[in-house]
Amino acid sequence: MIAPQIRVRVRDVEEVARRVKRFRLEPADGGALPAFSGGAHVTVSMPAGGARPLKNPYSLTGAPGETAFYEIGVEKVEGGRGGSAFMHEAVRPGTELFIAPPANLFPLVARARKHLFVAGGIGITPFLAMAAQAAARGDRFELHYAARTSDDCAFADLLMQRYGGAVHFYHSDRGARLDLAALVAHQPLGTHLYVCGPERLITATLDAGRCAGWPEQHLHAEHFASPPSGDPFDIRIAGSDRIVPVAADQSMLEALEAAGLAPRYLCRGGACGECETAVVACDGTLEHHDHFLSDADKAAGKKVMICISRLKGREVTLVV
Amino acid sequence: MLTSTNKSRPVYPGLAPRPFAQRHLIAAEGEGAAAVAELVAAGAADFAAKASILYTAGASAPSDPAGRLGALGADSLATFPSIETLLFRLDAMLATAGMGTALYVTGTEGFIGRVIALAAGHGIDHLTIAAEHRGSLARRVQCVHCKGFTENVTTSVVACSHCALPLTVRDHYSRRLGAFQGVCVNAEDPSEAPVAEEVFR
Repeated sequence: MIAPQIRVRVRDVEEVARRVKRFRLEPADGGALPAFSGGAHVTVSMPAGGARPLKNPYSLTGAPGETAFYEIGVEKVEGGRGGSAFMHEAVRPGTELFIAPPANLFPLVARARKHLFVAGGIGITPFLAMAAQAAARGDRFELHYAARTSDDCAFADLLMQRYGGAVHFYHSDRGARLDLAALVAHQPLGTHLYVCGPERLITATLDAGRCAGWPEQHLHAEHFASPPSGDPFDIRIAGSDRIVPVAADQSMLEALEAAGLAPRYLCRGGACGECETAVVACDGTLEHHDHFLSDADKAAGKKVMICISRLKGREVTLVV
Repeated sequence: MLTSTNKSRPVYPGLAPRPFAQRHLIAAEGEGAAAVAELVAAGAADFAAKASILYTAGASAPSDPAGRLGALGADSLATFPSIETLLFRLDAMLATAGMGTALYVTGTEGFIGRVIALAAGHGIDHLTIAAEHRGSLARRVQCVHCKGFTENVTTSVVACSHCALPLTVRDHYSRRLGAFQGVCVNAEDPSEAPVAEEVFR
């Protein structure tokens, strides 16, 4: 079942890089927040103007173990669906928001001999907590952090100060390129690699690992995907006459929630599989955007991840 | 039996060359030598040149397997007088190996379990280790009472080699210990003397 939402109040807001703000959230009703582990995220509900709130997942960037407040880092995305713009423009100290309790789809592997973190841009956020946890455990780790310029490199000073030589920066405006093939070529056996950032960086990093003979079980990625827009279409609820329209800039999950239904979900980014939904009939072509279903499942068209995938066509019938 | 309804009971899908591996580290015991020969034959042309083989006859009595392994043309082949000495060397090799090294293990189940447990200590996920069961179905058993290990168990009931309690050998398997669980069979009534059956030949 979906855990109850937690009401939080924004304690402070700090600009930590160009277009990136850090928000500190404390429990509105006092007390302590649930404990979390490095790599965990919370889903923030944002009353961004529509009929139903937008929900975006954000990694927790504070130190695991801190339960007096949470920290999240939010990059303002131009041309997005408005969630990050709402956070940047409308949220200030004192604002109250609802969050879902932390979930972790990107945990540290406890038995790893070494952790190798690869971050691109705002993809740095989960690694702040993961590095803190690794350091607290006395684990060996390296962080390789690529950003366009030093102005885009959120949390750089904090990382340098805390971890010094374990952190390596690559700023493309200075011509510093992260050589992924060289990075994965000489790592001790038992190393686990974790990557978060733009899809292109994730793909290139995982490919570099595979080509160097790394097994899949040692390669981990956090995909920060938000639902892409497309053409409007209808969902027919199987076993009823009910039709739920999906707007061009709305996900199926959001449309169902707006219609008063409560499908299961967790990450809202096509990674966790929680919102897997059976497809009964389909007038059109399913556009799968998730990282959960196998290629065979996607081709079969019997299942769809409603948080991120769409239909190109008229109507899809789902078991909701 | 190699099939069980117990979820902790490991399965061994068999050896297959890992594509793109930079090195192949192969630990073999007893009749596992034949599986190594098949692995090398299935690999690409440069497989043997990237392969290090560690072999011990272990508890089995195979017919000159080391001679057969020598003909495979591996980069290195080392033969050990016992499982313990092989594990000691493997431990040192894992400590200096890099990612991109593929680990393969074949032989009896007790040997496979000990290699996987050793590798786990080096941060290697057990699912990345290619394993193939060859030879006897004999089990390595830990007595839940005194915690002592008894090797090459072919019967259930079996007497614990440490505390001598009569143990039922369960399918319950510990990956950390690389052993099956042995539980006293007549704890309620020590006067009962169940018959030992040979079930893990």
